[in-house]
Amino acid sequence: MIFRELGLAIWISFKTSGLAALIASFLAVPAALFLAGREFRGKRAILLVNQTWMAAPTVVIGLLFYSLLGRSGPLGGLGLLYTQTAMTIGQVFLVLPLILGFSYTALRQVDKRARLTALTLGATRRQAGWIVLREARFALLTAVLAGFARAISEIGIAMMLGGNIRHATRNITTSIALETAKGEFRNGVILGVILLVITLGTNILVQSGLRTKDGE
Amino acid sequence: MAGIPHSRLRWAIPFGLLAGLAASESGYPPPGAAEKSLMLATTTSVDATGLLDVLSDEFKKISGVTLKWTAVGTGAALKQARDGNADVVIAHAKSLEDDFLREGCGVNRRVFARNFFLIVGPSADPAGAAGSATAAEAFGRIKAGGFPFVSRGDNSGTHVRELEIWAKAGGKPDKGYLETGQGMAETLRVAAERRGYTLTDSATFFGLRGLAGLKPVHENGPELENIYAVIAVNPARVPTAKYEEATAFIAFLTSPRGQKIVGEFRSKSGRLLFEPMAARPGIDLHK
Repeated sequence: MIFRELGLAIWISFKTSGLAALIASFLAVPAALFLAGREFRGKRAILLVNQTWMAAPTVVIGLLFYSLLGRSGPLGGLGLLYTQTAMTIGQVFLVLPLILGFSYTALRQVDKRARLTALTLGATRRQAGWIVLREARFALLTAVLAGFARAISEIGIAMMLGGNIRHATRNITTSIALETAKGEFRNGVILGVILLVITLGTNILVQSGLRTKDGE
Repeated sequence: MAGIPHSRLRWAIPFGLLAGLAASESGYPPPGAAEKSLMLATTTSVDATGLLDVLSDEFKKISGVTLKWTAVGTGAALKQARDGNADVVIAHAKSLEDDFLREGCGVNRRVFARNFFLIVGPSADPAGAAGSATAAEAFGRIKAGGFPFVSRGDNSGTHVRELEIWAKAGGKPDKGYLETGQGMAETLRVAAERRGYTLTDSATFFGLRGLAGLKPVHENGPELENIYAVIAVNPARVPTAKYEEATAFIAFLTSPRGQKIVGEFRSKSGRLLFEPMAARPGIDLHK
């Protein structure tokens, strides 16, 4: 019985955080490609804001979306607070700057000549962009996985926007907090180990992705 | 480090922060004057309303003892006391308290306050719970209509009472039953957001602001009386328990001075939240 509870919490963590990392990637990677490809006024400012945002505490993001999504907030009519959707939205905004920053660095490291050669050989801008993305694919995957690891291990957003509702928004981290508060350390420890295994596995993938890239 | 010319000054900010932290940790009085403290594990309502802030200030003035507390459900509070993490407990679930006393973990239980539980729900009251004669009937209507019901789900005093009422109503609903596992304030916020019903103590409900769209739909039934008791942890069972300070706190809480604070404590909207009960003859025997 208890394993069904814990299993559900693990599934909810994977679902909300995996979705958050994917959505954030679809926004962040094109933005990084745009930024990496050209120089313009204000680009430094954008990167600085991104850098700052990367360090935003989860509770601040939680507070921001709590006030937006709550019934008395501007988007309150959607009734999204305390749902999995709200958790995913919050986590998208948590990991977006992280994935953007990592992707930007990865794309900048691609040899400039790759893009120039493609353009000289008659590729369109779009095709040249694809070539740059292909060159950096392992590092980009690393960025996405790092975003996923960040999302799945955070608690502030999950607690504030999910509300820790049993079978609905109770994920690994909010379960650990609850089990500890109840004095059920055994369950907390089981979940803690599982969370560590997940982040360890993700980091091994990240490492091997980086190594493959180095080996090329 | 442009802007800070002397390299020595670079350390000024972090060092200042550390010194500030150290000072705030030790606080006043300065180290040397050994400070007495007392650890209370309490049900959430007396904390969420702000009552404990007032009580602890006054208790400190009288006894010199600093009251520290963790606000959890009654079940968790009693568990913390059993584990040696508290010296005194405030609880409001007679069945759980009786177990605690019978095990020998608690001594010197005194009733000090009461108020009432309320069934609250969306102001439109789609289940029509407002016309019910009893709390069980109101629960039955919510269940029959399949409307969301938000439960504490944390073995707290309120949760225990909720389950007693569900038992009378023929069991918990299968549909729309949400368990937060958190305190009353968080649970009320979930109920407000999810447009659901919940059972709450009156103090937390009237003490909170911004519970848009929730209103009481059933109140004042005899099955909704909510009795608060304070219990000292038995030092014979839990050797680390500070029994002397704990009994001093119980004496203060049930004294005319403590009872006056309890009885005059008002919510931000000006409502009286607790009824003092320590001087009711016979109350400890029955409730």
